[in-house]
Amino acid sequence: MLSIKELMGLIQSTDLAMAISQGRGWFPALEMIHVTATTFVFGMITIVDLRLVGLLARGSAISDLYRDVIPLTWVAFVVAALTGGLLFMSQAVAYSANIAFQLKLATLALIALNMLAFRLFVYPGIAQWDRAAAIPLRARLAGAISLAGWIAVVSCARWIAYLMI
Amino acid sequence: MVELAAWLASLPVGQALRRLSWLVPWLQIIHILANGVILSAVVMIDMRLWGISRSQSSIAMARRFQAWIWAGLVLLTVSGIALLMYSPRRMLTDATFQVKMAVMGVAIVATVWLLLALRPGREPGAREAGGHKLAGLLGTLTLALWVVVTLAGRGRWITLLLMR
Repeated sequence: MLSIKELMGLIQSTDLAMAISQGRGWFPALEMIHVTATTFVFGMITIVDLRLVGLLARGSAISDLYRDVIPLTWVAFVVAALTGGLLFMSQAVAYSANIAFQLKLATLALIALNMLAFRLFVYPGIAQWDRAAAIPLRARLAGAISLAGWIAVVSCARWIAYLMI
Repeated sequence: MVELAAWLASLPVGQALRRLSWLVPWLQIIHILANGVILSAVVMIDMRLWGISRSQSSIAMARRFQAWIWAGLVLLTVSGIALLMYSPRRMLTDATFQVKMAVMGVAIVATVWLLLALRPGREPGAREAGGHKLAGLLGTLTLALWVVVTLAGRGRWITLLLMR
């Protein structure tokens, strides 16, 4: 059985990972795409969350906003995840041992669960409170958790560089 | 630039921030968040202009998202100024920062122009050809400019270009 470190070492020495870590421009280029894609994801989810929490755009229908934003968010997220995966591969050993990186992934998993819970349990009843002044607690909670989660993800992401070996 | 930086550093706001340095990461988060909101709102408007989504007219979409753009711009500016006050010399003498400011200036002009082009009454219908083309071009330009601003905010690519 391979240890985690050995597994990461194997990943890091694949041709693809080596090409990224040793090529002159691949890593920065991937990083720029990753940062841009995540900025979009962060921005779009923030818009929905701020609406859910009731802080901004109180007049507009949440479902309209949600339906408009979600498809594009998925596209941006896939780009972010793919570029993130490639970036990770190039320095798999160091990243996997990096606390900030581990926290970032853990928080992303929590956010994903929160979004799934929102989609399955909160969103279906939206017709009743779409434009209401009083948004139900569970919706506001989902929005707040999501917002806090994404802020934590961005913080961890920025922290990673400081802890890299 | 160095004199300007020294003057900015002497202002009470900057000094207060340096005493409350724990605020700085929060300011950076707000700055990144505001950037994300602006990018997202512009992309939403552009999707209508490009005809990718026809759920409603460009005007209605612009009206819905322009509040976000304004809020984003305000937060971006306030947090940006505060961050600048915190370390004026490092930022003002950084070439990438200067590029970012210059491009952001153009981006803001393009954004305002885009919103003006889409205000109610200006565009008779969602399919009016001429007005749509201008708005479409403006929308794409605005998005491209803000993406460049985002990348310049990262600070790495100028060094990259200089390295080649």
